Amino acid sequence: MVVDRPSIAQVWEWLEDVPDPEIPVISLVDLGIIRDVQWQGETLEISVTPTYSGCPATSIINLDIETAMAGHGVENLSLKRQLSPAWTTDWLSEKGRAKLEAYGIAPPQTAGGPQHCPRCQSQNVNRISQFGSTPCKAQWRCTDCLEPFDYFKCI
Amino acid sequence: MSDLFEFACRMGDNALVLGHRVSEWCGIAPVLEEDIALANISLDLIGQTQLWLGLAAEIEGGDRDADALAFHRDVWDFRNLLLVEQPNRDFGHTMMRQFLFDAWHFEMLTALKSSDHEQISAIAEKSLKEVTYHLERSCDTVIALGDGTEESHNRMQAALDRLWPYVGEMFLTDDHDHVDTSALRPAFDARVLDVLTEATLQKPDSDFTHKGGKTGARHTEALGHMLATMQSLPRAYPDAKW
Repeated sequence: MVVDRPSIAQVWEWLEDVPDPEIPVISLVDLGIIRDVQWQGETLEISVTPTYSGCPATSIINLDIETAMAGHGVENLSLKRQLSPAWTTDWLSEKGRAKLEAYGIAPPQTAGGPQHCPRCQSQNVNRISQFGSTPCKAQWRCTDCLEPFDYFKCI
Repeated sequence: MSDLFEFACRMGDNALVLGHRVSEWCGIAPVLEEDIALANISLDLIGQTQLWLGLAAEIEGGDRDADALAFHRDVWDFRNLLLVEQPNRDFGHTMMRQFLFDAWHFEMLTALKSSDHEQISAIAEKSLKEVTYHLERSCDTVIALGDGTEESHNRMQAALDRLWPYVGEMFLTDDHDHVDTSALRPAFDARVLDVLTEATLQKPDSDFTHKGGKTGARHTEALGHMLATMQSLPRAYPDAKW
């Protein structure tokens, strides 16, 4: 039986449904770490770039992609690690940024800090620490509503 | 042994040994935010280790992978700088060591980023983003503690005096080095002097240098103790799998 290969656009759609394991409100595509999808003969090749070189989610992400593709009947899958160009938060989608904000994580800003508190929108915020609960986040707090919140580091 | 294998081990071992040292603070750092910051920096460095030692294993072309190089080599096969194997001592020593290394690491990766070796330049490009962030934090911390209380100032000066004799080795160069590390010194000196001045700390006069880490000729006693802890599990259970 000959089964038609799913189209590249179809694969991208499937990847849109694979959530980031640490921040499940955004997808791997929103995060900007899927760099390329192509067919090499009968093998589907997906290029993934790590957010941070030591991010423990990297191996889970690969596993999640494999599981999702297997679920859609892709038999031959090859995952390529692509280091260069290095991941930048500029690759976060607009949709992803909005979802982060709604989830309570301030999206990255080129100014180097959050635009406002994701809970009460106040612009009176200060930094608690340059690092946070995952490599991609820093800890900030709002001096109006007094809530601490995560800020997605801009790199 | 090829020059590139040796060089990739130098880069990987620096990241591995410092990454492990910094991880020793996990759960016992002075405040929670510092604990998290140190663990994150350690994580970045261990991630970079996988890239460099992975490259070394690929160049070697044998059975060893990054894990085998990290856990099944003995102290005399390590090629890290003496600076990074120095014990943590107090938080001041840890941050001064981090600052001196970050300032060198930043210049080194910047130079490697323009290498014509595709993998080396890709690893350098990736690592540099992380190290830029580390350096920003270690500069801020050295300034805050140096120009802080009398106690914190004295501790930072003591840390600088103790660690300064390990600075020179970072700029000794030989044929294994993929770039001429001695050429990185002026930029390093300029930054370090700026930060130390703002931190009200006094750069030691003597340029005496301990050496033997990056060549593997003579590590300090500290490294063997560290490896005994770091390598004990994979050596006790060599076939264990995650």
